[in-house]
Amino acid sequence: MAEKFDVIVVGAGPAGTACAYTLAKAGVNVLLLERGEYPGSKNVMGGVLYRKMMEDIIPEFYKEAPVERPIVEQRFMMLDKESAVTFSYKGLEWNQPPYNNFTVLRAKFDQWFADKAVQQGALLVNETVALECIVEDGKVVGVRTDRPDGDVYADVVVLADGVNSLLAKSLGFHKEFRPDEVALAVMEVLKLDRKIIEDRFNLEGDQGCTIEIFGDATKGILGTAWLYTNKDSLNIGVGTMLSGLIKHKIKPYELLEYVKQHPMIRPYLQGTEQQEYLAHLIPEGGYNSMPQIVGDGVLVVGDAAQLVNAIHREGSNMAMTSGVLAAEAILRAREANDFSKTMLDSYRVNLLDSFVGQDLKKYKDATHHFEKFPHYIEKYIPMMNRAASQMFTVDGASKWEKQKKIWRDIGSAGDKLKIARDLFQAWRVMK
Amino acid sequence: MLHIVACIKQVPDTKIIKMNPKTNTMDRSSAPAILNPYDAHAVEEAVRLKNRYGGTVSVLTMGPPPAVKAIRKCIEIGADEGYMITDRAFAGADTLATSYALTKALEKIGKSRSIDLIICGKMTIDGDTGQVGPGIARRLDIPPLTSVKKVVEINKEKGYAIVHRKLEDGYEVVQSTLPCLFSVEKEINEVPYAPLPNMIRAARYQPHIWSVDDLEDVDRTLLGLKGSPTIVSKVWPPEKPKGGEMLTGTPKEQAERIISLLLERKELFRAKEELG
Repeated sequence: MAEKFDVIVVGAGPAGTACAYTLAKAGVNVLLLERGEYPGSKNVMGGVLYRKMMEDIIPEFYKEAPVERPIVEQRFMMLDKESAVTFSYKGLEWNQPPYNNFTVLRAKFDQWFADKAVQQGALLVNETVALECIVEDGKVVGVRTDRPDGDVYADVVVLADGVNSLLAKSLGFHKEFRPDEVALAVMEVLKLDRKIIEDRFNLEGDQGCTIEIFGDATKGILGTAWLYTNKDSLNIGVGTMLSGLIKHKIKPYELLEYVKQHPMIRPYLQGTEQQEYLAHLIPEGGYNSMPQIVGDGVLVVGDAAQLVNAIHREGSNMAMTSGVLAAEAILRAREANDFSKTMLDSYRVNLLDSFVGQDLKKYKDATHHFEKFPHYIEKYIPMMNRAASQMFTVDGASKWEKQKKIWRDIGSAGDKLKIARDLFQAWRVMK
Repeated sequence: MLHIVACIKQVPDTKIIKMNPKTNTMDRSSAPAILNPYDAHAVEEAVRLKNRYGGTVSVLTMGPPPAVKAIRKCIEIGADEGYMITDRAFAGADTLATSYALTKALEKIGKSRSIDLIICGKMTIDGDTGQVGPGIARRLDIPPLTSVKKVVEINKEKGYAIVHRKLEDGYEVVQSTLPCLFSVEKEINEVPYAPLPNMIRAARYQPHIWSVDDLEDVDRTLLGLKGSPTIVSKVWPPEKPKGGEMLTGTPKEQAERIISLLLERKELFRAKEELG
């Protein structure tokens, strides 16, 4: 006889674990299914964990969690072929509790987080793939796994099975995502002595630094590259819309190699040794691509629900918040002993009301807009670099003359009008 | 009803472990801890015998607290009970001290339910000695049957076991009295994908955990580092083989190059002939 739990959570990433943790803490009998050898073994992100949402779940988690470095500096590089305009903010208020955010290695962090859920009473089963939801009378009543005697039942199933969410797809909640709704991120973890990292990135002790890289790093495809400092390794990665890779016929690892060899990046990576190579899809369709996320006896959270803010490279925090909100909706449903779509719908309402829904709405057209007009990356970033070069090269020309040259470089009156229009459009989709 | 005990160990995955170039020791943090692969076959064989003849399968390990994971893995395979002895006093044990400690634990397990058969993996992948199994058998004064590749029959009533032992040029059929100890080859079985109920049971399972004080008649001088006469005088990683030559060019050029190479380096063939 197959076992029945109160809740089954499929996927032990940030969303699923946050959900399982919250439920278990409230005394709910939760089964947390993970396909990897252990939680985190199959998970990939650039490497920034946001403190606030994690602390809403486990206060002062940073005292014991395996975080790498608190980030005290965020740099932004606008790359051209052989130049870069960089701006940054560094503040030591981020170097003390409660901190702002941290670099983490997912293989370590997710495992720790899942252990916390287990300590609350969640039952974690690894190396088990959920193949489909078991549906009876139009209601989700359990999941079918790939193991012998693999059926298991529950009042509610939470789908936290990531960007490809086979389960949500099998329920007809969404179709296969289009290439312009997902980004492909490839990343390497490069080993480097911690002392060298601290010297090279101008850090003291455990302080960390993130660099977001725009422009030439993605060869004109919409996306970004990043370089983050861990304790004794660096994360270097590049993420671009899948449609862009297809259109430009570039292989993702070639793009990453290009980034690593870029003269503005190369010096940071000298003497490193490759430790890991990772690749993953990121759901970046935003608000417009959000699938159905509530059904009878079922909720969808995290990447599976397309909860990523591509503009601000936020995702894991949204995932966690969605997991908690799903858990809270389930707790209400348990009180009423009603697991219908109508009852569980409070999850969707609260999610859209939260920062998750608000931010997704705010940027709902942003990715699509920048994808449609590649000249933001192809044209304006090099123009910015030329302007800076012109202005700061001391060659006897007066600053007035230099400003005129920069103005001429922008092009004809028509071009200038177009730029003004583009900037306005960009402001409109971002505002 | 048989009571079979499998002795198992959690080991670093030596397929991916790195050596510390300065100290020439294994950097254990560089590799995940796994159930020793040979031991998985030992547990699987115990479970198969249980299914064939009825009975109980217990697993026993000595190790630090995280080794509970290895016991859970055995529950996934189908073991019924897990026992772990863990204590600072056991630390630094060589095969002699390990087999002594495990024997004491087996005696205690045997008191509540007598043991008919002990199964060990051929060896661990971190120590590669294969000595602990026979060491236990000697201390318990039962026959050790090493290199077992097939269990033909276990007859508890008549008190015998018949197995195939792997030899260099075949196998031998051996009959032994019970109780006895097998150490098994990988080829004895294939460990199947565990059913979901086993996975759930394993996730919930809490093993019996004993310290030295829980064991009886223990001579503490025979435990851990103190009880280990083995001295590791030097450790070094094997020399890396020199890189070969990569053939490039068109298939035709590559074929020509390989033929001329084979003609040039006749010693390659001679070595083969000498080996017979």
